Amino acid sequence: MKKLSGVLLALVAAFALGGIAVHRHEPINALWIVTAAVCIYLLGYRFYAAWIATRVLRVDPTRATPAERLNNGRDFVPTHRAIVFGHHFAAIAGPGPLVGPTLAAQFGYLPGTLWILVGAVLGGCVQDMTILLLSTRRDGRSLGQMARDELGPLGGFAALIGTLLILIVLCAVLALVVVNAMKHSPWATSTVAATVPVAILVGLYLRLWRPGRVLEGSVIGIVLVLLGVLAGGWLDQQPLLRSWFDYAALPLAAIVAVYVWVAAILPVWLLLAPRDYLSTFLKLGIVALLAIAIVVTHPTLKMPAVTQFIDGSGPLFGGKLFPFVFITIACGAISGFHALVSSGTTPKLICNEADVRLVGYGSMALESFVAIMAIIAATLLDPGVYFAINSGAGVVGSTPDLAVRTISSWGFPVTVQQMHELAHAMGEQTLFARTGGAPSLAVGMASIFGSSFGRGLLALWYHFAIMFEVVFILTTLDAGTRVGRFILQDLLGHAWAPLGRTSWYPSVLFASTLLVGAWGYFLYVGVIDPNGGVNILWPLFGIANQMLAAIALSVATGIIFKSGRARYALVTLLPLAWLAIVTSTAAWQKIVSPDPHIGFLAAAADLAAKLAAGTLSPERAAVAPQLIFNQRLDTALTILFTAILWLVIIDTLRVCARRLRGLPLRSSSEAPYRASRLEGAALAGH
Amino acid sequence: MRALQQRPMRLRAQLAALWRAVRALAGDDAYERYCAHHAAHHAGEPRLSRRAFCAERTQRKWSGVSRCC
Repeated sequence: MKKLSGVLLALVAAFALGGIAVHRHEPINALWIVTAAVCIYLLGYRFYAAWIATRVLRVDPTRATPAERLNNGRDFVPTHRAIVFGHHFAAIAGPGPLVGPTLAAQFGYLPGTLWILVGAVLGGCVQDMTILLLSTRRDGRSLGQMARDELGPLGGFAALIGTLLILIVLCAVLALVVVNAMKHSPWATSTVAATVPVAILVGLYLRLWRPGRVLEGSVIGIVLVLLGVLAGGWLDQQPLLRSWFDYAALPLAAIVAVYVWVAAILPVWLLLAPRDYLSTFLKLGIVALLAIAIVVTHPTLKMPAVTQFIDGSGPLFGGKLFPFVFITIACGAISGFHALVSSGTTPKLICNEADVRLVGYGSMALESFVAIMAIIAATLLDPGVYFAINSGAGVVGSTPDLAVRTISSWGFPVTVQQMHELAHAMGEQTLFARTGGAPSLAVGMASIFGSSFGRGLLALWYHFAIMFEVVFILTTLDAGTRVGRFILQDLLGHAWAPLGRTSWYPSVLFASTLLVGAWGYFLYVGVIDPNGGVNILWPLFGIANQMLAAIALSVATGIIFKSGRARYALVTLLPLAWLAIVTSTAAWQKIVSPDPHIGFLAAAADLAAKLAAGTLSPERAAVAPQLIFNQRLDTALTILFTAILWLVIIDTLRVCARRLRGLPLRSSSEAPYRASRLEGAALAGH
Repeated sequence: MRALQQRPMRLRAQLAALWRAVRALAGDDAYERYCAHHAAHHAGEPRLSRRAFCAERTQRKWSGVSRCC
């Protein structure tokens, strides 16, 4: 029966992929992609994941998990796998898989789609499941602790520093996406501003009036933020009120940084936790709604399968298809960050080792499907419109006339009239040069929702989508700043012990300021950069994220190798090798490429030469020194990422080589076997 | 006839199961779980109030990595 359904799935997948191949040179329906994707996930889950679970990880359903052995009714609680799946998916689902695929759509719909599918099934899902099981076998220890225990202090330190750096770049680029979505948009800004008091209200409700009634609090909050979207539309019509929420990019960036700093030092129950409930419910709702709407409207993708920008001349970011499509998709296929969630909270809930297949592999497959929906939403737009929204003024020209002329000359016709009407329909002044992916995703989502649930509401859908993306990103910013603060305090504690105390307020203030200052700097440079900033920050983030994934896969490879099953370590070794190649090639090109469109140093030299020759406009000349310094700083950061990556890989190879030569190794930190006595009825969620 | 009588019961049971799952997903049942665990393993020891338990739970959740990019 299992074989028969497998053959059927494979046939449908092959048929759908064949359909995509046959229609490569004509517009294709999104349903082909959805069908192929679902079949490939199911095939991966049924066969590859099952094989890895039994043969490579040797999942043992009779073995007691930490949730059972250490059950304390608080963080260690044996929980039904469907509930753990929900918690884990909510934790790993972030804005990355929405932004990355949207940007990667500049290469056409095909390259991004293929990597999202292949990368997830063979890489990302495998990483998440493997780390989840390894951590479950080690009482829920974190990735950094596992690296230290199994590889050595070097691996642990690299994981810590790597996480801190990725957090800084992540926060900077996400804040930039938020700023670009809200600049000169009183509707979006006021709607987002309204979510702050709503979240505080929900926080007070859950703290003071009805402790722990998350559902009640969330329903109230969701209703209020939806009303906020409506109110924003009304406010946008009031000349005085709208002027209070109409900001240029630079003041908005300052507001966002100050806001996150305040949110980071406030007690979590007041703002962070309640807003997280709102954004989680919104995210789950939107994912479901989007999936239904795509099937109902089955839109046709207007973007070509592959565009000419695979040659490296893309307007959203520079660089050839290889390696930059992999760096840009990042979280939709493999996300190093997931390894931090898979080792930590989730393993303490797993009630049976066999559940890691659904929770680890399954959650990532769903996350990857979200990335597929994002690429569909980006590529169903007219390519001309997509490029007009996502290209920085420095690339296509600073006036609408110049921009449409440049974009049309690429073979993607678009007119000022068309962009004006679109902006009007979405309730915005302009949609030109709104880089970062959020506005174009919102336009895509609004057109999907609009054609399935009412066309007249386009502006409302657009601002609903923007509000959702921004609220979602702000939660990630707050949470990221908080985690970064803990790591920073941990490191600072080595210099002066009191700074390491996470609850000592001066230390909290100091570390938070340092961290917000660090990402705030990159945000500032991104905002003043006429090319949009995202073109620099997103590849940097992609390299950092894939580096973290490589660290996680190194730890997994080392542990599997040490357990004496070297042959099976290929399951994590192959994705690791691929990531090492991709990340190193991208880093190399970002550092040494002579093309100022790609290489940081080349761009710095190019700008310096223009500045010296006096060919820059006064506004550009004013910011040029900062941009030049920043490009050099980015170079240093990229070198650091690559160095950390290779240190960990060499350390892993050292451990593997010692194992092969029979030399003594650090003993395994796996908890000893104890038989499970858990009955189904004893689980939370039953 | 019997099938007809059973149907509303089955539907109600299914809805109840769904509601339990929704509460578990949101974390609404966390305190009840804690109380059950406490009664089974630590009877006689002081028990946290609902408010104290929820406050501690929120604090713990945000002391680690609980959200991704």
